[in-house]
Amino acid sequence: MSDTTTKVRASLKKRYAAEKRFRFYGITAIAASIGFLFILLFSIVSKGYPAFQSTFVKLDVQLDSATLGISETPTSAEMRAANFGGLIKQTMRERFPEVSSRGDKKALYQLISTGAEYQLYDEVAADPSLIDTTISLWLPTDDELSALIKSDADLSNPDSIVTRMSDKQIAWAKSLKDSGQLEVRFNRTFFTNGDSREPELAGIRAALMGSAFTLLITFALSFPIAVAAAIYLEEFAPQNRWTDVVEVNINNLAAVPSIVFGLLGLAVFINFFHLPRSAPVVGGIVLSLMTLPTIIISSRAALKAVPPSIREAARGLGASPLQVVTHHVLPLAMPGILTGTIIGLAQALGETAPLLMIGMVAFIVDIPASVTDAATVLPVQVFLWADSPERAFVEKTSAAIMVLLVFLVVMNALAVFLRKKFERRW
Amino acid sequence: MNTAIANDTIDTSLIQRDPVKDSAQEAFHKLTETVGTPTVENAKMRSRDVNVFYGEKQAIFDVNLDIGNNEVVAMIGPSGCGKSTFLRCLNRMNDTIPSCKVTGNLSLDGEDLYGADLDPVLLRARVGMVFQKPNPFAKSIYDNVAYGPRIHGLSSNRAELDDIVVDSLRKAGLYDEVKDRLDAPGTSLSGGQQQRLCIARSIAVNPEVILMDEPCSALDPIATARIEELIDELRQNYAIAIVTHSMQQAARVSQRTAYFHLGKLVEVNATNDVFTNPQHELTENYITGRFG
Repeated sequence: MSDTTTKVRASLKKRYAAEKRFRFYGITAIAASIGFLFILLFSIVSKGYPAFQSTFVKLDVQLDSATLGISETPTSAEMRAANFGGLIKQTMRERFPEVSSRGDKKALYQLISTGAEYQLYDEVAADPSLIDTTISLWLPTDDELSALIKSDADLSNPDSIVTRMSDKQIAWAKSLKDSGQLEVRFNRTFFTNGDSREPELAGIRAALMGSAFTLLITFALSFPIAVAAAIYLEEFAPQNRWTDVVEVNINNLAAVPSIVFGLLGLAVFINFFHLPRSAPVVGGIVLSLMTLPTIIISSRAALKAVPPSIREAARGLGASPLQVVTHHVLPLAMPGILTGTIIGLAQALGETAPLLMIGMVAFIVDIPASVTDAATVLPVQVFLWADSPERAFVEKTSAAIMVLLVFLVVMNALAVFLRKKFERRW
Repeated sequence: MNTAIANDTIDTSLIQRDPVKDSAQEAFHKLTETVGTPTVENAKMRSRDVNVFYGEKQAIFDVNLDIGNNEVVAMIGPSGCGKSTFLRCLNRMNDTIPSCKVTGNLSLDGEDLYGADLDPVLLRARVGMVFQKPNPFAKSIYDNVAYGPRIHGLSSNRAELDDIVVDSLRKAGLYDEVKDRLDAPGTSLSGGQQQRLCIARSIAVNPEVILMDEPCSALDPIATARIEELIDELRQNYAIAIVTHSMQQAARVSQRTAYFHLGKLVEVNATNDVFTNPQHELTENYITGRFG
């Protein structure tokens, strides 16, 4: 046996052991990350899924025009002033005739959500002929009652239940439940309403629209600017001190804390240019400033990765420098550019700090209809709800996170789809 | 011709002492003027006293060389001798290298290549180029060939464009192999086919000169033979300059051969003469395989 053979043979075992160890580390790392991801998702989903359901109570409401304080053919002004709240209270009193003291009555009324009267108003406004008839309606309940019913607790044993409701209220709930007047249904309100102080009325719609508008502005601004900047720097700019300075500064910008961009937005766009406060347009501009460096850096990397032979081939045929870029380099770099854009936008979607500075932390009840309306965004909504004392907001918080994650997954899926579409071999 | 060639910029310390090389080195240092006949009557492209610098480093020294109509000029020489650099000056492909500087006079049909009248885009439409590695675009075979005519607006309708594409593919000897799959990606072809596709792409623009930078170095002998045949056919219509590492190839395809050595043009003569009766010691050393 030669010397080499002996030495190689002696070292083989060690080398393979090193490889085995390395594989073990890798698998452990992957298992750990999957584990953490699973724990995260599990805790969010298990906390959040009740928010997609809500308890409704079935009441036979006699639309008595006297109680409502309107005529039989009411004008819209009359309708708006009508006492629907009083009507619901009256209906509840009739359902529980034994309740007599003022305090008990108040406790009884608390079972019904304040949103019930708006629903009643909508029904009657849509069909005024219902006045002075009796209709059967499923109305939203208060968040405490809703949580109680959803938790499927044993209502006959009030002591075992952890709730802010009194024993009397629990007894009434039991009575309603036993007569089949309580039902857990899909919570449409969560997707159609804006924020509210009442958890059962609070919805994600305003934040969702705010996020969509903000991201739209961010994409519309940052994508073209970043791609143009990347193309210029990579394909046209002379290599000199100036471009070096620009490059270093772009890299630095990518590392600037996002709240600084928020301060900049506040000082420049709101104080100086007087753009509307709390509006997606300002949020979008601020987030594009933050996203630009990310997209520029990844776009440059993608452009650099296009083989120079393709550029030479096009140039050799007499393509002008711009034609070389638009016909050949850009299409080949597009998948990489899109990946960078998605990473940037995903980052922007989850950003809270800079938006706090420009007033997008507002309590938004109305669904924003344009980019200049006051709005908030999903992560800020999560932040606001996480801060609320009502127990029902805990599930809302998790549900909002779920919506945010779904938004993200949809965005990524779109990116993957676009990338596959643009991807070509060379 | 009073071309004083600067020797002091060449690093000769790497050349080892060996009797053959010593004499070659001496011959190189004595070299002040290209041996043979670098110029021709009615040249298509002319170069006079061309020097090329990459930053401080000079890559080409006072090259005078003509490329005549309907002839193939082969450029041979050891690696790093500047033959590719010189070739790339002929359609200003070196422009994109920021540190590259070209002095002297280069002309196409008497028009100064670096003059204000001749735009590099126009120049490259008239002087096509085929590269060492086949580099088809990430497009279909049809679109690869149609690209040049499209950007230059050479056809007014689809039928005309079809004609140009088919004609170019025929001239490049590729049509019969790909006529059923013009929509297939250019990159799906074999290496030799890809190179012929690149040649078809160049001639689709109907250039006057075709520059080839080691077009067969990535191909097998069969594909190489096919391309060499093609070069010989193309000579009927175009002026061709080809850089090659294969002396057999130079002997087979070219009418004149230029031998470059460390940035200087040593000898230019009819190909037959260069390979059978080299006039300069360096040329002889190279073609007999004593170095290079």
